[in-house]
Amino acid sequence: MSIKIVLPTAFTRHTDGRKQFDSEAANLPALLSEFDTTFPALSTQIKDENGKLRKFINIYINDEDIRFLGGDSYAFQDGDEVMLIPSIACGCL
Amino acid sequence: MEYSCSNYELMCNECGKRYGNRPLSGCPDCLAPLEVVYDLLNAKGVFTRDSIARGPANIWRYARLLPVPEGFQPDLPVGFTPLVHANRLGKRIGASNLYVKNDAVCFPTLSFKDRVVSVALANARKFGFDTVGCSSTGNLANSVAAQSARLGLKACILVPADIEPAKILNTLVYGARLIRIDGNYDHVNRLCTLIADEYNWGFVNVNLRPYYAEGSKTVGYEIAEQLGWRLPDNVVVPMAGGSLIRKIRKAFNELIFLGLVKKPARPVRFFGAQATGCSPISVAVKDGTDDIIPQRPNTIARSLAIGNPNDGAAAAKMILQDGGWAEDVSDVEIVSGIQELAETEGIFTETAGGVTTAVAARLYADGRIPPDETTVICITGNGLKTTDALAGYYDHLDSRAVRPRLADFDAYLRSLDGEHEPELIAAGER
Repeated sequence: MSIKIVLPTAFTRHTDGRKQFDSEAANLPALLSEFDTTFPALSTQIKDENGKLRKFINIYINDEDIRFLGGDSYAFQDGDEVMLIPSIACGCL
Repeated sequence: MEYSCSNYELMCNECGKRYGNRPLSGCPDCLAPLEVVYDLLNAKGVFTRDSIARGPANIWRYARLLPVPEGFQPDLPVGFTPLVHANRLGKRIGASNLYVKNDAVCFPTLSFKDRVVSVALANARKFGFDTVGCSSTGNLANSVAAQSARLGLKACILVPADIEPAKILNTLVYGARLIRIDGNYDHVNRLCTLIADEYNWGFVNVNLRPYYAEGSKTVGYEIAEQLGWRLPDNVVVPMAGGSLIRKIRKAFNELIFLGLVKKPARPVRFFGAQATGCSPISVAVKDGTDDIIPQRPNTIARSLAIGNPNDGAAAAKMILQDGGWAEDVSDVEIVSGIQELAETEGIFTETAGGVTTAVAARLYADGRIPPDETTVICITGNGLKTTDALAGYYDHLDSRAVRPRLADFDAYLRSLDGEHEPELIAAGER
């Protein structure tokens, strides 16, 4: 099984400029653990001091927010596109 | 692509790191939203009631506390909308000291968004962008399109495909490029974040967002000034992303710090208004937490339909801190709110205003706002843009065309109201 990870430019300084790469992680916690060894600087940026994903990051599986799919318990499917993106834009009301 | 300014700069809300002035919305280190911070001490004695009174009758009278670059020459008379004492609405919902801040008549595109866009575009020009854009549920699209046309900037605007037809038309007419996205606002928003990453464009609510959001403070400044330089006891504010409610409080706090208003004995209480069909912030407040659980929006109040609000956590936290509350209302109540405001105060608001009005009514009914306290409800958009929300609501009324003769008119009234003496004759006998 293989999934595709997609990152915005803001994170690529920690991934040797790579915006996309493949992973065989089974779920989100496994993916974040994988980052600890493959891209430790990225791991530090996206996780807080308690090792939890920072609240200003959204994770999308294909076009869906992972929180609608079960969050950490969602089992990645072969071919899933997993996007990590800072939640920076929004309306203003 | 940055500029220096001695009066303000970007700062991270979480880690406190400062970034000067550049098109940047999130902290590169901890990813938290950036905020514009000011040298308020430097504004003491400069930003005064007198200096403001000498300024123009629009938001630029508060320019000293807005992030506009030095040398910026304001062009459009945005804001300074009416604050009206709402006696008749108050009577209907049980309030004796109620005001409506009416941004349904904000210049130039009849919504509160004109304030934020004007500040964002002042910065877009300074940063050298020749194309600007936004993700929008409609009102922002209208305002970016109009104001970029005025400034000679190109505009590329992305909206959910299902927004109200009037909001589409009110964007296209200014010559902006409008792209409909097959998804909800949160999908559009995410796409714009990716586009801003790749294109050298100034997205008002992405890379210009910290500047843009500051324009919201002018609602707070105006409320205080129009109340005779005092703060209200309560403010009822619609919430989509959760930014406006925080910025009004920021404005109040700045005025207190600078001595333009007296610090109230009790902090101003803020009440957030959402539609039940998209109520992530209201749900969090009712649960006593700032943990926002995203929702899939399903409401006629499309301008508030943000299921994953960026400032939601901060908004919920501040509401709870100051003793306020948040409520949400159904689509039927939203329409009733639109009608009540129109029938009592002659103000035709869009669905977001229906939400705010209906929530205010609920807050009084539930005893959360005492009747005699000074309370301002913020109306942020114009009903002419969401007339489809009222489709069918007046179909039961007689719409026959009457022949232009007095006898026919009289007969028509009798057919509607039953037998009675014509009012004209009754008036003549008095």
